[in-house]
Amino acid sequence: MIALNELWFILVAVLFVGFFFLEGFDFGVGMASRFLGRNELERRIMVNTIGPFWDANEVWLLTGGGAIFAAFPHWYATMFSGYYIPFVFVLLALIGRGVAFEFRGKVDTPKWIKSWDWVVFGGSIMPPFLFGVLFTSILRGMPIDEQMNIHAKFSDYVNVYTVLGGITVTMLCFLHGLVFLTLKTVGDLQERARELARKMIYGVLVSLVAFVGLSNFETDLFSNRGVVSVLLVGLIVLSYLLAIVFLKKQRDGWAFGMTGAGIALTVSTIFAALFPRVMISSIDAAYNLTVYNASSGNYSLKVMTIVALTLLPFVLGYQIWSYYVFRKRVDGKDMIY
Amino acid sequence: MSELFLARLQFGSTTIFHFLFVPLSIGLVFLVAVMETLYVVKGDDMYKRMAKFWGHLFLINFAVGVVTGIIQEFQFGMNWSEYSRFVGDVFGAPLAIEALLAFFMESTFIGLWIFGWDRLSKKLHLMCIWLVSLGTLMSALWILAANSFMQEPVGFVIRNGRAEMNDFFALLTNPQLFVEFPHVIFGALATGAFFIGGVSAYKILRKQEVAFFKKSFNIAMIVAFISGMGVAFSGHAQAKHLMESQPMKMAASEALWEDSGDPAAWTAFALVDSTNQENAFEINIPYALSYLAYEEFSGEVPGMKTLQKEYEEKYGEGNYIPPVKTTFWSFRIMVGAGMLMIFTSFLGLLLNFYKKLEYSRFYLKGMVWLISFPFIANSAGWIMTEIGRQPWTVFGMMTTSASVSPNVSKASLLFSFLSFTAIYTVLAVLLVYLFVREIKKGSEHTAHVDKEVAVDPFDQGAYL
Repeated sequence: MIALNELWFILVAVLFVGFFFLEGFDFGVGMASRFLGRNELERRIMVNTIGPFWDANEVWLLTGGGAIFAAFPHWYATMFSGYYIPFVFVLLALIGRGVAFEFRGKVDTPKWIKSWDWVVFGGSIMPPFLFGVLFTSILRGMPIDEQMNIHAKFSDYVNVYTVLGGITVTMLCFLHGLVFLTLKTVGDLQERARELARKMIYGVLVSLVAFVGLSNFETDLFSNRGVVSVLLVGLIVLSYLLAIVFLKKQRDGWAFGMTGAGIALTVSTIFAALFPRVMISSIDAAYNLTVYNASSGNYSLKVMTIVALTLLPFVLGYQIWSYYVFRKRVDGKDMIY
Repeated sequence: MSELFLARLQFGSTTIFHFLFVPLSIGLVFLVAVMETLYVVKGDDMYKRMAKFWGHLFLINFAVGVVTGIIQEFQFGMNWSEYSRFVGDVFGAPLAIEALLAFFMESTFIGLWIFGWDRLSKKLHLMCIWLVSLGTLMSALWILAANSFMQEPVGFVIRNGRAEMNDFFALLTNPQLFVEFPHVIFGALATGAFFIGGVSAYKILRKQEVAFFKKSFNIAMIVAFISGMGVAFSGHAQAKHLMESQPMKMAASEALWEDSGDPAAWTAFALVDSTNQENAFEINIPYALSYLAYEEFSGEVPGMKTLQKEYEEKYGEGNYIPPVKTTFWSFRIMVGAGMLMIFTSFLGLLLNFYKKLEYSRFYLKGMVWLISFPFIANSAGWIMTEIGRQPWTVFGMMTTSASVSPNVSKASLLFSFLSFTAIYTVLAVLLVYLFVREIKKGSEHTAHVDKEVAVDPFDQGAYL
């Protein structure tokens, strides 16, 4: 029987997989709106493809944060205080982005709209990059002391490896967003999205391979959980190779599934490599935070398990329903934002 | 400036800012849901326009409420890591449930509501807005369950130096929650109602769409009056409960240094001298504090000096008296604003009933100014509740100074405080600008815009 704190580690992983899979494509669309849109209308169409969804997608992050708080208070405290400045930037980006969607269509002057489009772009590219840096540096290990507090230097956050991690995650989201656009738009815009996605995949593969290669030196990704890691990395590469094939055949739905699987597997790989640790101390392995020493008591976990397992089916149900209601492509009609 | 001071300044200012939007959202979405219900039931298009017009304003406000709420969830860990470690076991659960139960519901169904006018049946669309409203109420319930734990810790044991939950049900049946939740919700409904009332008054004064805004005004004032009374009664229940749970907060909010004597008089005005622990001057209303505290015209209320001695024996050396002036005056501002709101909403209902509303220009002008009152009352109420609990974060268990993150530097704090303040200032300016713009355009325009986007500028006829 699996212990409750192990189950909650999996649930947290699931929430972050959900977050990167879903918000991943709307981050990607936000980035693409800068590169791909040739005019105001096209940019507007792109923003409207994610209009009904982005808010609920972001709640996956909030729920993930809440779940860490409830199930692993020490993890929550160590990570959020230890990554103080990165989180300030994440928050500024998410705040700007959130109101940008709502505000951009409210005043009909080019200057107003253009300013908000820049906010959408900045707010969409910063969080995936910062989360990439965050997770890779956690995997690499941070100076965590006996009191479970991080006292880190700049180079612990920012170094070649973590920056590469940030770029990789950003590219995964960008690609995922482009493929989402091929699903939700028509005509010329759809063509261009598909074309750019096809080129992007090679970039993604190069960046992924470089990242995995460096991981071998910077982390214990392969020494700690060799077989699983090799298998997962193999599946990630396979997903993106298949995505190339599907894009060529214009099977956009399948391609979207593959870029989504790529993201989901990448996040899973990181979580699998961490387990049973949740934060790795670079000072002394004895100071690692693990699912055992960072978790809430058994009673609290039991309550949370019951609540989560009861509510999750409903949440998934109505979210899927909302995607079903807005399954149509966005072509310039019925745009609200 | 110490780290503690900056962390408190940031938490206080971001929370007050966040809570300007939250009650307005809770109140507005409820009223929009009522209007759309009237539309579905009566089939009158005016109610649809109403739901859309006020819905537009709601959405602008909702967006700011949502994004400023993200900071709230993260900054417990960012700024108050020691607090999070100590109570996360108990405090984290309601936050996680809030996200799972309320945030998903709000965010999904608001998307369906905004984009679903033409894609969902009337009834399904109506269901969406009610589910958003339900979501906002759920959100309030869980976050207030968490806050109630800070006021009155229940349902836990101390194990390994941390508070661990041992009774989830006790958290939900916390007596503090039973008085706090209705007080906040009625306050939120009143906020939405006074916003609609004030904006309607402005439009009626300008003789724009008078019939439309008179109707809006009337709906709003019914809700305003009922919830105003609700605020008062639940507030009284809260004061009574305070006597048992946090008598020090009660004494501070009355600037009561010595024991009151029996019966206790209520101090309407006082020149508080915190250094000498006395009041230089006060205006007293006999019997009133006994009534407030016990619902009887007798009974003594303990003063701060007595309680300080008691707490020293119980918790050890320390200053257990909260900032008295702030607690005292925020309480009076809240109560004063609330009373005025009940009175003016009742007056509004009368004027409307006797068909004198349009001609009561002085009253209408006053109502425009009164838009600010619920916001003042909400903020003052929370300042009293949270400042009055000091020096504690969790009453009787953990002090504020022990809660702060030990590893966040002054420079980091200064940077975050300045950037949050800057972005919030920009948001506030934009929000007011957009509000004024939308209000000036009126309801015809919102209906018109929605039609325009339905006209096809880019038809290529290709669908999935």
